[in-house]
Amino acid sequence: MTTETTKKFNIDTVEHAAKTPDTELPWAELGLKQNEFDEIVKVLGRRPTGAELAMYSVMWSEHCSYKSSKNHLRQFGQKVTEEMKKDMLVGIGENAGVTNLGDGWAVTFKIESHNSPSFVEPYQGAATGIGGIVRDIISMGARPVAVMDPLRFGAIDHPDTARVMHGAVAGIGGYGNSLGLPNIGGEMVFDSVYQGNPLVNALAVGVMRHEDIRLANASGKGNKVVLFGARTGGDGIGGASVLASESFDDTKPSKRPAVQVGDPFAEKVLIECCLELFKGSLVEGIQDLGAAGISCATSELASNGDGGMQVELTSVLLRDPTLTPGEILMSESQERMMAVVTPENVEAFEAVMDKWAVEYSWLGEVTDTGRLIITWEGEVIVDVDPRTVAHDGPVYDRPFARPEWQDAVQADTFTGSVQDAGRPAAPAELAAAVTELVASPNMCSKSWITNQYDRYVGGNTSMAFPDDAGVVRVDEESGLGVALATDANGRYTYLDPYHGAQLALAEAYRNVATAGAIPMAVSDCLNFGSPEDPDVMWQLAEAIRGLSDACMVLGIPVTGGNVSLYNQTGTTPIHPSPVVAVLGKLDDVARRTPSGWREDGQAIYLLGTTGAELDGSEWANMRGHLGGQPPKVDLEAERALGEILINASRDGMIDSAHDLSEGGLAAALVESSLRYGVGARIALQDVMDRDGVDLFTALFSESQGRAVVGVPRSEEVRFTDMCTARGFAHTRIGVVDAASGKLEINGVEGLSLDALREAHEGTLPKYFG
Amino acid sequence: MTELPLIGEAVAVAAAPRLAGARIGVVTFPGTLDDRDAARAVRLAGGTAVELWHGDSELGDVDAVVIPGGFSYGDYLRAGAIARFAPLMSKIIDAANSDAKLPVLGICNGFQILTESHLLPGSMIKNDHLKFLCRDQVLRVENSNTAWTLDYQAGQEITIPLKNQDGQYIADEKTLDALEAEGRVVFRYVGFNPNGSRRDIAGISNAAGNVVGLMPHPEHAVEPGFGPESLDGIGGSDTDGLGFFTSVLNKIVGGDK
Repeated sequence: MTTETTKKFNIDTVEHAAKTPDTELPWAELGLKQNEFDEIVKVLGRRPTGAELAMYSVMWSEHCSYKSSKNHLRQFGQKVTEEMKKDMLVGIGENAGVTNLGDGWAVTFKIESHNSPSFVEPYQGAATGIGGIVRDIISMGARPVAVMDPLRFGAIDHPDTARVMHGAVAGIGGYGNSLGLPNIGGEMVFDSVYQGNPLVNALAVGVMRHEDIRLANASGKGNKVVLFGARTGGDGIGGASVLASESFDDTKPSKRPAVQVGDPFAEKVLIECCLELFKGSLVEGIQDLGAAGISCATSELASNGDGGMQVELTSVLLRDPTLTPGEILMSESQERMMAVVTPENVEAFEAVMDKWAVEYSWLGEVTDTGRLIITWEGEVIVDVDPRTVAHDGPVYDRPFARPEWQDAVQADTFTGSVQDAGRPAAPAELAAAVTELVASPNMCSKSWITNQYDRYVGGNTSMAFPDDAGVVRVDEESGLGVALATDANGRYTYLDPYHGAQLALAEAYRNVATAGAIPMAVSDCLNFGSPEDPDVMWQLAEAIRGLSDACMVLGIPVTGGNVSLYNQTGTTPIHPSPVVAVLGKLDDVARRTPSGWREDGQAIYLLGTTGAELDGSEWANMRGHLGGQPPKVDLEAERALGEILINASRDGMIDSAHDLSEGGLAAALVESSLRYGVGARIALQDVMDRDGVDLFTALFSESQGRAVVGVPRSEEVRFTDMCTARGFAHTRIGVVDAASGKLEINGVEGLSLDALREAHEGTLPKYFG
Repeated sequence: MTELPLIGEAVAVAAAPRLAGARIGVVTFPGTLDDRDAARAVRLAGGTAVELWHGDSELGDVDAVVIPGGFSYGDYLRAGAIARFAPLMSKIIDAANSDAKLPVLGICNGFQILTESHLLPGSMIKNDHLKFLCRDQVLRVENSNTAWTLDYQAGQEITIPLKNQDGQYIADEKTLDALEAEGRVVFRYVGFNPNGSRRDIAGISNAAGNVVGLMPHPEHAVEPGFGPESLDGIGGSDTDGLGFFTSVLNKIVGGDK
């Protein structure tokens, strides 16, 4: 695009374009490939105008078009059983999927990435990530009720990690805290593979009555198209096409101006104002403006509707009057929405805008021409079939193949490796190992982060970090609520993408069930390297195949999500990191199960069996080893465990439950003790005898399908009978000891809770102040 | 009058007949966040919550006012600096200073607005550690004679959530000495000063005791299962904040319980 500083640009009209077929256009600078540009010319039957080129370039970018992943993502829609469809009110393809909660309630949730912007400008990148996902939720007609943020940064001791960490956490807090949305959980992983490509994912969840569900479409000839919220400025221009679809390298100039800047107050007002519009049924269709701004909103609304749309671009309210038409179309200025309003509702719509002091401008109207026409002072600068922009972008069947190195990686098991030398065995060594584990960057307490987020606002948060899942009440009278957890393990997925993705799903599923909620739906954020690398493409294909297969077995559908590709520095990609969010339902949030035990004398049970599975584990990671096979996936066992945890919660058979995942039993025992500062006495001999493992393995193995629960004495018989009847392995491993102030494990030197807490909570403050 | 879109309707607690006639206004600015929580707290305490909109020019028929937490008009300038000029605020200021001595409670951003309005002395600056901090905070009730603390005992320790970025209370030494001497330090942080506030002050009152402001959030500790719990978790059964609301309701309906 040109960068004139006056308003007198040479407007490249459709008529002009038709007459000047040979004009050079900067399609390559806008991220388009030769074949894509040729396709645009073919679709239009002439060269595109500058404005059209801007629209196609952003909408056909990897970020907006899913051109590399689309062929694989179809599996989420194909591998669906009747059971999975039962509660799905809106599936993939809309701004976010919608799930039926019963009693007339529906819930919508979605997870998205804001990775590249968060590396360039951590505060604004992370802040606008929250802003964008929250607007997706509003667009469905829902009131947003909570957010979560899975984060993956570089090595904890790398100097640049502090820059990203401080900025991203402050951005999530600064924006999210100002919206009145409790932050109820997330993840924090440090690994040098994310050094130049941190992952900042954001999840939002919203609730609505069934009748309030809104979709993004523009129907009804003569209905008015309105843009409201913040003014359009120069921020984020080209962000979608340039930033998110290319890898970083050192040869290009700084991309800082391409990151959007957020205004949380404007977003907060937008939330309230949209909810008032919904309440009065004042909009026919609505779409948030995120990546690709007006290009995306106009083309998606028009192509999802039944006709066309005509828009006058000079009606857009600008923050910067020098913007060119192409820049206005591409701008990713935040806190904007576009809606379709019937002429009868125009007055009422304006009254709501005035009440909340929100600026708006009427841009045009819905037509029946099937064309999206955009004019500039009456001259036509865009005349396209909106489907070709929004939906019929290029789709690539990118080549993929199992990497040549995969076999060697999988053969390199931890047990017996150089890094495994001197494995702890003596009581003092094991005590030191447990302490080291819970102080390690990935296993330490994340309260340094979560205490910068408001978890109370709204008064409906029933559980949040550090429990296994976040729980929010939806209906104040019945106590109906939802539980949410997000998980991913990049190391597991690197070792085996198919099973690694399934393990992420299994863990999120287990976390939700551990809280006592019935898992219902999945949203995923697939963070991978360059799809042009066949190794990475194979990881992506395998992960999607694994995830979709596992959803079938667990009986929960993927209702939405996002793909983030090109997360690599030079030719080095991140670990494949499919972040999976699972949403569950609790009939009464008062029944939710926290992760810590409290009552003296309660029995502690380990559910599930333990194998020698240390490959890819936190322990191996702490020793600098990554190889072998990730833990075995047994989805039927996960489902059985989930049913036990849910039933036990519903019938009051357990007072605490904590899932076993990274860090194994050692981490779970410490976390359950520290949750309320109540100790326990543990003996693992029965587990070791039954499963044929030594004490170190019993403590540090990351075998799946396990949980630790606290059972009141009065419920022990009923609980064990239930496990026996379902044929699920369960072992009494100890008892809660409230007076000791210690976690005592037979064969491990006594661990004082004070020392464990100091180790667990000291790590993040030590590195980040 | 604004609508506060609720997640469902608020808890249908049968209002305590004795207190239900007491009407407590809850002010909503466009950036207010904890208004629904404050209204819920009023209802759980047995009173009737009345929604007040910042742009209203009449206070209407209310017996007390809560200014809840949030970011009034965005607070990009200085927390509460613009909010004090809202049409409704001038009515609240007049009523608080009138002979009727309207009880006013400012929580967090509400406290900031009260200091900007000069209903309370001093000011709030950024936390000494410069970060937003959310934690369960122990407070000591230093004065149980204000309109909002009658149901507590002097010296009583309560735990309610604290969550803010600009919570460091400051005032000149003379003002601080006067506040102490007149018993107008109503709450003090116990065990840990979370923001560097002078003399561990968490909340203060005006001379008459009808206007109280504090940084921590009593409205987030009123309902079992959704309040503070030890060790930085949530979901506990602590309802230590309810006394703020029962105090003022009992005072309004007359007399000493």
